[in-house]
Amino acid sequence: MRPTLAALLALAAAPAFAEGKPVLTVLAYDSFTAEWGPGPAVEAAFEAECGCDLRFVTAGDGAALLARLQLEGETTDADVVLGLDSNLVAAAKATGLFAPHGAAPKLDLPVEWTDDTFLPFDWGWFSVVGKAGGPMPTSFRELADSDATLVIEDPRSSTPGLGLVLWIEAAYGEEAPAVWAALRDNIVTVTPGWTEAYNLFLEGEADLVLSYTTSPAYHLIAEQDPGYVALPFEEGHYLQVEVAGKVASTDQPELADRFLAFMLTEGFQGTIATGNWMYPAVTPAAGLPDGFESVRPETTLYLAPEEAEALRGPAIERWRTALAQ
Amino acid sequence: MLRLDRLELQVGAFRLSADLEVPGGASVAVMGPSGGGKSTLLSAIAGFLAPVSGRVLWDGRDLGPLSPGQRPVGVLFQDNNLFPHLTALQNVALGLRPSLRPRPEERARAEAALARVGLGGLGDRRPAQLSGGQQGRAALARLLVQDRPLVLMDEPFAALGPALKAEMLTLTREVLGARGATLLMVTHDPEDARAIAESVIVVAEGRAAPPVPTEALLADPPPALRAYLG
Amino acid sequence: MAGLCLGTLAPLLGRAGGGGLGPADWAALRFTLVQAALSAGASVVLAVPVARALARRRFPGRSALVTLLGAPFILPVIVAVLGLLAVFGRGGLLNDGLRALGWPPVSIYGLQGVVLAHVFLNLPLATRLILQGWLDIPAERFRLAATLNAPVWAVLERPMLRQVVPGAVAAIFALCLTSFSVALILGGGPAATTVELAIYQAIRFEADFAGAAQLALLQYALCGGAALLAVALTRGPVLGAGLGRAVERWDAGGLGARVADALWIGAAALFLLLPLGLIVLRGIGGLDDLPGEAWGATGRSLLVALGATALSVGLALALALRGGALAQVAGALPLAASSLVLGTGLLLVLRPFVGLGAVALPVTALADALMALPFALRSLAPALAEVEARHGRLAESLGIVGVARLGIVVLPLLRPALGFAGGLAAALSMGNLGVIALFAGQGQGTLPLLMAQLMGAYRMEAAAGVGLVILLLALGLFWAFDRGGRLDAAAR
Repeated sequence: MRPTLAALLALAAAPAFAEGKPVLTVLAYDSFTAEWGPGPAVEAAFEAECGCDLRFVTAGDGAALLARLQLEGETTDADVVLGLDSNLVAAAKATGLFAPHGAAPKLDLPVEWTDDTFLPFDWGWFSVVGKAGGPMPTSFRELADSDATLVIEDPRSSTPGLGLVLWIEAAYGEEAPAVWAALRDNIVTVTPGWTEAYNLFLEGEADLVLSYTTSPAYHLIAEQDPGYVALPFEEGHYLQVEVAGKVASTDQPELADRFLAFMLTEGFQGTIATGNWMYPAVTPAAGLPDGFESVRPETTLYLAPEEAEALRGPAIERWRTALAQ
Repeated sequence: MLRLDRLELQVGAFRLSADLEVPGGASVAVMGPSGGGKSTLLSAIAGFLAPVSGRVLWDGRDLGPLSPGQRPVGVLFQDNNLFPHLTALQNVALGLRPSLRPRPEERARAEAALARVGLGGLGDRRPAQLSGGQQGRAALARLLVQDRPLVLMDEPFAALGPALKAEMLTLTREVLGARGATLLMVTHDPEDARAIAESVIVVAEGRAAPPVPTEALLADPPPALRAYLG
Repeated sequence: MAGLCLGTLAPLLGRAGGGGLGPADWAALRFTLVQAALSAGASVVLAVPVARALARRRFPGRSALVTLLGAPFILPVIVAVLGLLAVFGRGGLLNDGLRALGWPPVSIYGLQGVVLAHVFLNLPLATRLILQGWLDIPAERFRLAATLNAPVWAVLERPMLRQVVPGAVAAIFALCLTSFSVALILGGGPAATTVELAIYQAIRFEADFAGAAQLALLQYALCGGAALLAVALTRGPVLGAGLGRAVERWDAGGLGARVADALWIGAAALFLLLPLGLIVLRGIGGLDDLPGEAWGATGRSLLVALGATALSVGLALALALRGGALAQVAGALPLAASSLVLGTGLLLVLRPFVGLGAVALPVTALADALMALPFALRSLAPALAEVEARHGRLAESLGIVGVARLGIVVLPLLRPALGFAGGLAAALSMGNLGVIALFAGQGQGTLPLLMAQLMGAYRMEAAAGVGLVILLLALGLFWAFDRGGRLDAAAR
């Protein structure tokens, strides 16, 4: 027992230097750092050029990252937080725990990115996804008028769910409650997160699911299954941008800046498409794999972080009222 | 000498009083109707039941502050006198020291006690591998090594047949008598009392009476005992 | 114990945040109570005939069936739900059958689905609790009833049920209080919101830690109330070991009773094992796809499960030795513990002192131990009471007290109950995601976390494979502990 305890304490008291190398701690969601995610390749590539030790600390998803950081406050070990959702950017900024990045990179985003604190590393459009040969409505209105069934995520517990609520708000404004009311009989159920919703969809519990435009690309590339379709909607598709930011209390500010700069280079961005199944913030030289270019919505809907933050509470309440009848 | 000094006991609504003496080395039967308080009396002497008032004294020493294990008292219950998961030898050796690994000399004493009660060579058996009579013998062997001057028995051999019971009583008398121990034994059977006890404490109607000689009592039992003996 | 449950709330309550309950919270509270009450009631009502049938019938494979019937209870929730959907879902076997017959399909989504899933998850527990009640009736009483030609139901079974049922209802009610995924997935929409979801929302999106802690307190209060009520209504032993025997009965020889028992056992087995079988089938396909990380995760999960077992059994033993209604209520509180709140509280408590990555596995084991504690306690407390009743005086008169008493008398005689409690704790921990997601760094995940991550990365096949590994390991651990407790349990 003793040696184990000593080892634990030694680990606990680990300084920001390991074997003489400075340590950069990145707080990221766990699917990013998983063995099949971009994490391992990113770590190897950055360590090869920084002469440092890159360590990932994980939390469940984008929302969990922010909650974790708020709990830890300025005592956090994290130097960089990676994986916040654009809809949470305003709340993250309001904590005052992040430092400006001071960069002006050139990005391949469908919208102009002007935030001075957070830098995007990937993005995607939310989309209703279905199976080839199944119902193919071309808008939420058409979906609502059809018999097609849909499974969605709860905006109170998941980021895609929140994205959908903001999508309907951005597309329909005052009419959003009416759209929700019309969708009510199409919605099979509301799940706590993306995982449950997508599983239900794959099990045939619903014709359609709220996911991303890149979902069919996964099935095409990883499973050689062309049977899934992201439905292009006339009202446009809501954009999700995933961002990273430097923690203000970091003891490695230069290293953190270097990491953020590295984040927008080939060594990082090249891992995103088939590691994270999102669009890279800077398109790699080799371009994007099949299935990424084929679905490009004509209209991108997007609420700036402050707007999204202001709308979140009322929009969720409208959603709840319309569906809880 | 055991002295019960104005002892008052209470279990729920049931009350029992006792003010009596038992001379050292005596064998005394405790008799009386069912529910009369025989077991309650023994519980108080053994230390399982705290008296409402009064004292239990052994050779002038108040046993009140002592826990059951610290009293100069050995007990044989109606049943469950052996731990089922331990061997006969371990059970006996527990009378010497609360440990499952007896020292060589403790082992030797336990083995000698087992041999004394006729269980030589059966020390490795567990209670379930012993007959009812053998279980009783093993418990006796433990009383033997415990070497406590006062022994309490609560209908110890009630489950045995008449012949076996007589045999066990004889054995009890032999092994305890040889040591000069004082014995209090609850029994329903006048024959038991005649066989082992020179006097009887009658427990009835809320009172434990001082011991009277066995033959005289059984020849002319008081009304409460007569009704019970039939 | 209560300290661990409630103490972890203190740092949360101290944090900034609005708190207070809004109208949506009250609606959630109403739904939470309704679904928990219905689920507990339905589970127990159905468990009574199943338990009776199992108690009075002997057939080959009976003890294996009893063990297998416990499996849904230890499954990760999402796996259990997917298994249920494969049978009762829109595309499930049931609706396929109905469609083939030209009948309209039935929907699992709504309150009925929530209750169905909770019955699926908790029927095994209810059956076990009640079966134990039957087995605790001494065989002599049945013989006596048989010689007197007395109605067994009125003189033996109804009084037994009056003792056992309140505790079973309260335990399942408390478990269903914190249900979150099941209620939401199958509830069909925001009308089926539980208090637990409000806790998630408060912590994840609103940084309202004080509000989350208040809601958690509310859950504990409801659970504590239910537990107190159960203590007040229940007497005597509840869950123990030794489910192997069947009581010989003379009142159940009639053809009607035999057919009814066979039907109940068959229906319960079908209801519980069919979804389980489909889970296993899907999992076998995924075993090829297991990622390399699965090996490390298996090792870590085993470590956590064994650690949780030791902690849980140790704590339960301490509580059982302490005894009394207070210990019982304290032991029941973790039933209503929310993993998220518990983990967040522990995170706040531990963070100033140690690196979170360093304590990820011990903390996960601790949280799992807490979750398993009520069951371990229910197994140990009655067994301990029996040991004390039988051998306490003898030990006392021999001066065997304190630690010696524990080593010489109590622990050896408790082995069957310890084995059962340990098996249950190990199995529960194996399948429980718990708080690992909050603490684990890179490469520190357990199997349930790995499964969640695989599912989150579209890799459903591999996730199903991991699910199967979890199921097999959980059942294996349970079997090993339970068996170990009974081996050499000679002379009882």
